[in-house]
This record gives sequence, structure tokens and C-alpha cells, in this order.
Amino acid sequence: MAARPGSPGPTQTPIWFWAIFAGLATLGIALLFSQDHAPYLSKYPRDWIIPLRFWISDAMYWLVKEFDLGLFTFKELTRSISWLLEWPLSIANNFLATGFTFSTEPGASVILPPAPWIAIVAIFGLLAFHLSGLRLAILVTGCFLYLAFFGQWHSAMITLSSIVIAVPLGVIIGFVLGITAYRHPLFEKWLTPILDLMQTVPVFAYLVPVLFLFGFGPVAAMIATMIYATPPMVRVTILSLRQVPEELLEYGNMAGCTRGQLLRKIQIPAARKSLMVGVNQVIMLSLNMVIIASMIGAGGLGFDVLSSLRRLAIGNGLEAGLAITLLAITLDRLSQAFTDRPQHSHSPQGRSVIGRYRLSLIVLVILSVSWFASRYFPALGVFPESLQITTSQFWDNLVKWINVNFFDQLEAIKTFVLINIMMPVKRFLLKTPWVIVVAVIGLIGYRLGHLRLAALGVALATFIAATGLWSKAMVTVYLCGVSVLFAAFIGVPIGILAAANSRINRITQVVIDTLQTLPSFVYLIPVVMLFRVGDFAAMLAVIAYSIAPAIRYTILGIQQVPVHLIEASSAMGCTRSQIRWRVQLPIALPQIMLGINQTIMMALSMLVITALVGTRDLGQEVYIALTKADTGRGIVAGIGVACIAIIADRFINQWSRKKKREFGLPV
Amino acid sequence: MSTPTPALHLRGIWKIFGEGANSFLKPSDTHPTDADLNRAGLIAAVRDANLDIQHGEIFVIMGLSGSGKSTLVRCMSRLIEPTAGEILFDGQNLLAISEKELIEMRRHKMGMVFQHFALLPHLSVLGNVAFPLEIQGVDRGAREQRARDMIELVGLSGREDYYPRELSGGQQQRVGIARSLAVEPEIWFLDEPFSALDPLIRREMQDEFLRLQGLLHKTIVFITHDFDEAIRLADRIAIMKDGAIIQTGAPEDLILNPATDYVAEFTRDVSRSKVLSARMVMRPVVPGEHLDETLAYSTKVQDLADRIVHTERQIGVIDDDGSIIGVVDRQSVLDVLVGNEPPRAD
Ligand SMILES: Nc1ncnc2c1ncn2[C@@H]1O[C@H](COP(=O)(O)OP(=O)(O)OP(=O)(O)O)[C@@H](O)[C@H]1O
Ligand SMILES: [Mg+2]
Repeated sequence: MAARPGSPGPTQTPIWFWAIFAGLATLGIALLFSQDHAPYLSKYPRDWIIPLRFWISDAMYWLVKEFDLGLFTFKELTRSISWLLEWPLSIANNFLATGFTFSTEPGASVILPPAPWIAIVAIFGLLAFHLSGLRLAILVTGCFLYLAFFGQWHSAMITLSSIVIAVPLGVIIGFVLGITAYRHPLFEKWLTPILDLMQTVPVFAYLVPVLFLFGFGPVAAMIATMIYATPPMVRVTILSLRQVPEELLEYGNMAGCTRGQLLRKIQIPAARKSLMVGVNQVIMLSLNMVIIASMIGAGGLGFDVLSSLRRLAIGNGLEAGLAITLLAITLDRLSQAFTDRPQHSHSPQGRSVIGRYRLSLIVLVILSVSWFASRYFPALGVFPESLQITTSQFWDNLVKWINVNFFDQLEAIKTFVLINIMMPVKRFLLKTPWVIVVAVIGLIGYRLGHLRLAALGVALATFIAATGLWSKAMVTVYLCGVSVLFAAFIGVPIGILAAANSRINRITQVVIDTLQTLPSFVYLIPVVMLFRVGDFAAMLAVIAYSIAPAIRYTILGIQQVPVHLIEASSAMGCTRSQIRWRVQLPIALPQIMLGINQTIMMALSMLVITALVGTRDLGQEVYIALTKADTGRGIVAGIGVACIAIIADRFINQWSRKKKREFGLPV
Repeated sequence: MSTPTPALHLRGIWKIFGEGANSFLKPSDTHPTDADLNRAGLIAAVRDANLDIQHGEIFVIMGLSGSGKSTLVRCMSRLIEPTAGEILFDGQNLLAISEKELIEMRRHKMGMVFQHFALLPHLSVLGNVAFPLEIQGVDRGAREQRARDMIELVGLSGREDYYPRELSGGQQQRVGIARSLAVEPEIWFLDEPFSALDPLIRREMQDEFLRLQGLLHKTIVFITHDFDEAIRLADRIAIMKDGAIIQTGAPEDLILNPATDYVAEFTRDVSRSKVLSARMVMRPVVPGEHLDETLAYSTKVQDLADRIVHTERQIGVIDDDGSIIGVVDRQSVLDVLVGNEPPRAD
């Protein structure tokens, strides 16, 4: 490729980079051995720490206790929002789980029992059949029967009722924000960094402020869920409105559409498919939040999992976790089926009223018949306990058996990896003087993207040091780094194999899809079963949770290598392995790195959750803040995690863009 | 020539893209040069366009890709706001009307057909054709009746319930045409309507288009980058280059009197016999000359050639009143076919 002026072709890393790098390394070693001369260079001094967390806590206190908006206080405002949201939530809850009492007093007799389980199973089965066909109907019915037979019904319905309210609300809010951003670029400019932050700051960090503002309980949990699940909807909305072909908009204008007509009749229908991707994301993220939300008062399956985990009651946790997973799979497939459902071709125009509302009518009939029938056959209303089964005993015994018979082997693996791989990395990162780490970040940033990127990296890293979180952050980096390395070593080869073989590819896709529907918490259960608590267990959970993108992007990257390049290489006489190593992999590398980037992001979000199994990193800091209801501490540590995420994200993206441009691939 | 109010009158239209384009033109009313524009980092997509489009004519705007055709036609419908200039639509100042009036005008007086059809993917053929009426609030029965009529007009009866993706490119564009005609527009804009179609289909669609115009007599602005298409369809052609209109005239004018080498380059490969008519190739009558027969002045050379080429006949050319205005013979036809400059009949 001829080098164009202004855009140098593929270049080697220049000498100056390595020279400075070597200089920094030497300096680092020197500092290590002469800590007395300039101790503030090795360890960030305590006196220099900015008490940001206290400022934030004070501000929060002021907001909740004193901030007065004139007619009412801020707290009154937030509490009335909760009150407003309580309504739909409790109706859904009454309908699905507890039944209507028409009285606020506890213990009042139930006037209308909750929807009979048989009706819910039938309705979801029918819906699946209507949207897609028999296969989906069987899957969905099966999932709901699991809930009934394994005694998860009541909890599952509580969870479902909050999903049923949180998802539409999240979708609507995300959609409205998205449209506003699409129409007003200035608003978008403000919104984007906020969304970035919302998606990188770990959930735990904002649970505390939510708790303060909205109180403990299902409503606060739902608000936290919405904060977590809405940002992707905003992004998807902006993106999919932008993707509507320019010509369609011009046509709409020429036909004389008003702005509202343009939106309703052209933009939204034309963007429907990609908008539905956003809806699907909201559903999946809401389910992902189920367990976390139970920490601030959402009951249901999440609470069951959490309390079993705390009691180390593996069997119960597993069954409840599986219930969440099945619910996730059901809702995921249903929403996808809704998106992909075939539009009825050549359908007769002007369907009758009954035709149009047929489905709702059927639902009504099923409900009233089963309600009526369950008065005489209670087993139809509430699944009889005598029929319920549980395997928790089996799992508990299995764990016991494994731990009795394989304890030494498992322990040996764990110790080996800990001593030979994890500990050295941890010690290295903790020992390296903070100034050197910051300088290396600046150096790499400068090499990749000049001053701006270097400044960003240095600023964020310094922030971590200045808030006194340096060593915890280094533990996060170490855990994340080691997990991501393992995930890459496992994921990339799988991706390479899958890209070459369509059968492996198909199996892999199914596995990845399933992995990605599992709520993050669920990964903790088997890990804790086998390895109990600690860094090793945490690492395994992180690897399992974050490996999917490494595989997916590797497959994608290799498939994107232009066919003519491969043909040309075969024509030149390359062997298959030469093609793989010399052609496919180098060209796919930028794409693979984007996958690794995703893996890092997922690993960071999982790390916060693994605080539950006893890691001592930023995640733990956030978690402690949550248990102590310390707003400032949680937010600052959360921002610390976000800083690490942003540095990794910007650096890798910049590198990947640069490489792609060098290869002439679409950026 | 008498000058009735043109359907569309453009004077001094400029469209400049880029930051600060609006303030760029105003201070000096003089024409900015390329260097000026470059320095300001701006692109002049349309430069000082002046046009009069008459009622009922097919006016073709022709030029290579990027010459500014689409931008110009979008200025005419105010899909793009011109940077400077004046547009009169039936004598009314288009650039001064309010948003609401503009919507009304587009709903009732303008129709547009797009290069990539721009059909709404979620609506059936019937729904697409009825769409412009739907947004005007026409009730269902009336708009669907009208839509069915239009669908029949373009020969798609029986496909009312198909979705766009189930139709071929040519059929999709027929839907686009039916849709744009559903509101009975006074002026009809077509931006490269057939460019995305295969050559054979394109020809068929051109015939269809001429058939429709024979029925409807609309005022038409038709964009194309294909000169053959232009001369097949046009009453008059404007040729654009780098945003400027460099010549406007009937197809024959462009061939016989190209204003610049650029225009001549376009017209060089055109089969002249298809374009030129007897009027353009005749010589003056020599008094007392013997004429074997006569033909109408508008007869294309291609159609009279075989009557003359192998004979020594002299054929009189008559005008609408039947009086003889000139003579064609073997020599004059051969000149055209070989490409020599034809004699001027002044
Ligand atoms: N929104 C815009 N912003 C900046 N430049 C534009 C914009 N729209 C068009 N241009 C530029 O204006 C010039 C004319 O574009 P236009 O689309 O009118 O050409 P065209 O003759 O229709 O070409 P084609 O045959 O490819 O459709 C081109 O140089 C184009 O790059
Ligand atoms: Mg164009």
C-alpha cells in the first residue's frame, strides 16, 4: 500500500517510545529500593488525599435534609415520585402474586386472588405460539412449568411484576430521551457523557443515593433497575432514528407530513426493528438487575438467590438462579419473536373489530374462566405444594460429595494458579510506584492518540490516586487483567475454531447466547460451590461472565477478512496455517481487540458483584459503602471503576481504529 | 415568443454547503470564485441557477454525478433552503411562505419520485399509495378508492396487498409514481427515477412515463445523468456542471449549437438521426424545383432516411399549415448521419 501523505502506513513503535519506557522502568526500580528519598512518588501520601467522598456525602445529606424547592422540599419531590410509581407496581404485584385486597391494612382478606398459575402458563404459551410457533410455545410453557413445579412461582411472579412495570417505563423514558437527543444535537452533547458514566459506574454505587432518595423497597429497586437498563435504549433510539434513510424523510416532507406525522408514521415504523433491539436490551438488563435490586428491597427471585448465597445454601440458590435465567430466556425469545414475526403478506384490509382484538379477548376469557374454576378447584389457582419438587438436597449433597472427594484436587488447582499466576501479578501492580504507572499510561496514551488521550489517561489515573483508592484500584486492575487474559486465551481460540467450522460455529453461538442471557449473579453460584470465596473464585466467575464477546468478536473479525485476500494468499502457496497466522489473525486483530475491550467492560462490572465472595478491590469498597449506606464512599469508588473502564475503553478503541485505518478496513 | 407566467421561476439560486454559508454570500452580492469558496471551506452545490419552467412541459435537468442536480430540485421544493435567490411557484414567492403553507402546498401541488423509491417498508402497496392522502386526513374509503385507481393507472392491479420488498425494482418505482400522483400534483419532480433500474426495465419505464404524461399533461422536472434518457423524454434540457447551469434548450439545440465543449462532449455520441427533425436538416427551396412528395417538419431524420437515401428524390417539408418551408434530399440526410454540420435553414 502506498503511503499517502499525512497518513503514514503501518509503522513500528518508534525508538523514543521504548527509550522512555525503559527509562520509566529503571526509575521505578530505583524508587523501589530508595523509598526513603521520595516516598510520595511510590505511595500516594495520605495527606494529599482529596476528601471527595465526604463532600459528596455532605451534599447528599443536604439534598435530602435541607434542599427546598420552594413549595416543597427535594425529598418530598422524590418521595412523591415513589408514591406515583408505587401504584402501577402494586397493581401488577397484586395481579400476579398476592391478589387484590382493596384495603391498605396488612392482613386484610384477599378479595380477588392473583391470576391462577394455569392461566399465566396458558397465556404465555399462546402468546409464544401466536408470535412464532409451536417450538417457542413449548419452550415458554416449559419454563413456566419449571417455575410452578420447583416452587418458584410466587417469587417469580413478584419479579415478573416489577419487570412488567420497569421495562415499559424504561423503554418510554429511553425513547423520549432518545428522540429529544436526535432532534436537538446540543441535548445529545450533554446526554452522551452522562450515559457513558451511567453505563460504566457500577450499579452498587448508585444504590445508596437511590436508597436515600426513594426509601427502601420495591419502588427504589425499580428505579435503580431503570437507571441501569435505560441508557442502551436511549442510544439505540438515537442510532436507529439516524439510520432511517434520508430519502424516506424527504419523502415524508414532500408528502406534507407535519413533524409529529413524520415521527409517528415514517421514522418510528421504519426504525422499528432496531428500536426493538433496544427494548430487548432493556428487558435483559432489567433481569440482570433482579438480584442486585433485591439488596434495596426488591423481593422475589433475586432475594431468594441473595439470601441462599449468603447462607451458602447452594441448592436453593441454584434453583432460584435457574428460575431467573429461564425467565430471562423466555422474555428474550418472546421479544425477539415479536420483532421478527412475519408481517402478514397479502392480508385482507380492514380486519373486523373482533379480529383485531382477538388475542385480548382470548386472554380475558382464559383469565375469567380459570379464576372462576379455581374457586372450586384451588389447585388450578395456586400450584399445590404436594406436587412441588426440589432438587436442592441433591445439589447440596453433590457439592458435599465433590468437596469430600475432590477437595485436594480442586485445592491444588486453585493454589497453583494463585501462587504462580495471580499473586505475582498482584504483587507487581501493588509494588509499582503510582507515579510510574501514571507516567506509563500517559506515554501509551501519547503514542496512541497524542496529547488529548495522554491527558485523559493521566487525569483519570491521578483521580484514582488522589481519592485514596490507588491500592484497591490496583487490585481491581489485577483481577480484571488476569481474568481478561484467561478469557482471551480461552475465547480467541474458540472463536478461531468456530470461524473455520460452521458446525462448531453453530454450537458456539447457542452457548454464547445462553451465557449472555444469564444474569451476572448466577455465575457466582457454581463457582462458590466448588471454590468457596476468594480471588480465584472471583476470577472464575468473571471469566465465565465476560468471555462471550471475546469469542463473538473473534468470529466476526475473521469472517470479515476480505475473501480476495485469502484467495490471493492461497494462490501464492500459503499453507492453511500460514493463512491463519499470517493473514487472517493480523487483519482480524483490531476487531478481536474490540471484543477484548467488551470483555474488559463486562469483567469490571462483574468484579463489583464478586465483592460478595470476598475480593479486596474497588468492588469491595463499593459494596461496603452500600452496606454502610455511605453515599460518598460508594460513588467515589464507583467513579474509580468507571475511570479504569474509560481508560481501557479509549485506549483500545483508539488502537483498533488506528490499525483498521492502516489495513484499509471500515472503521 | 409570448411569455405566460411560468409554472416555476428560479432566479439567482445559490446553495452553499458548509459552516457559515449563510453569512458568506450576503456581504458582497458579487459572485464568489472557487478560490473564495475554498478558502472558506465551503461547497457550492448550486451556483446562480436561473430557470423558467413552463406549464405542461417536461423539463430535464441533466449532469454528471455531483453536479448539483438533486440539490437544485430540492431547492425547488424547499426540501433544501437555498442560500440565496428567488423562486416563484405559479407567481407566488415560495421562499417567503410559512411552514404551514409549505406543508399545504406540498400536500396538494407537488409530487416527487425518488431514485431509491423511498417506499415505506411497513405499508403495503395500497397503504403506500394512499399514504399522502392519509396524512391529509382523507377518510379511508375515499383514499383507498383513489389509491386503487392510481395503482391501476400504473399497471399494478392485483398487487395492492404486496409489501415493497416483495416487488421488483421496476414495480417498486411504479408504486412510487402512483403514490406521487395520488394527490394530483401540479408539478411533478422526479429525481433520477429510473437510474436504479436495469437498462431494459428503464426503457420500459420511460415508455410508461411518456404514456402517463400523454394522459396527464403535468409540469415535470425530471433529473437524470443519462443523456439518452434526457433526449428521449425532454421538451427542454438544462445541463449542469459543478453546480452551474451551462446551457438550457431543446434537445436539438444542444446538439446543433452546444454552448461549450463540455456540452458538445455529451452530445457527440448521441445518434443524431433520432433527435434531429426534418426542419433542422432541410435546405431552402430552389424556386421551380420539382418535389416528389412532402412530409411534416417534425418528422425525425431516422424515420425519413430510408425513403431518401437510396434515391434521388427531393422531398418537400411542410409546416402545420401545409405550406412548403424547405427541402430534404439524400445529401442533407447523409450529412446528418455522417455527422457533418448540417446546412442551416435560415
Ligand atoms: N448536505 C450536504 N452537505 C454538504 N455537501 C453536500 C450536501 N449535499 C450535497 N452536497 C454536495 O453538493 C454537490 C452536489 O450534490 P448533489 O447531490 O446535488 O449532486 P447530484 O448531481 O444529484 O449527484 P448524483 O447524480 O450523484 O445524485 C456534491 O459535491 C455534494 O457532495
Ligand atoms: Mg442526485
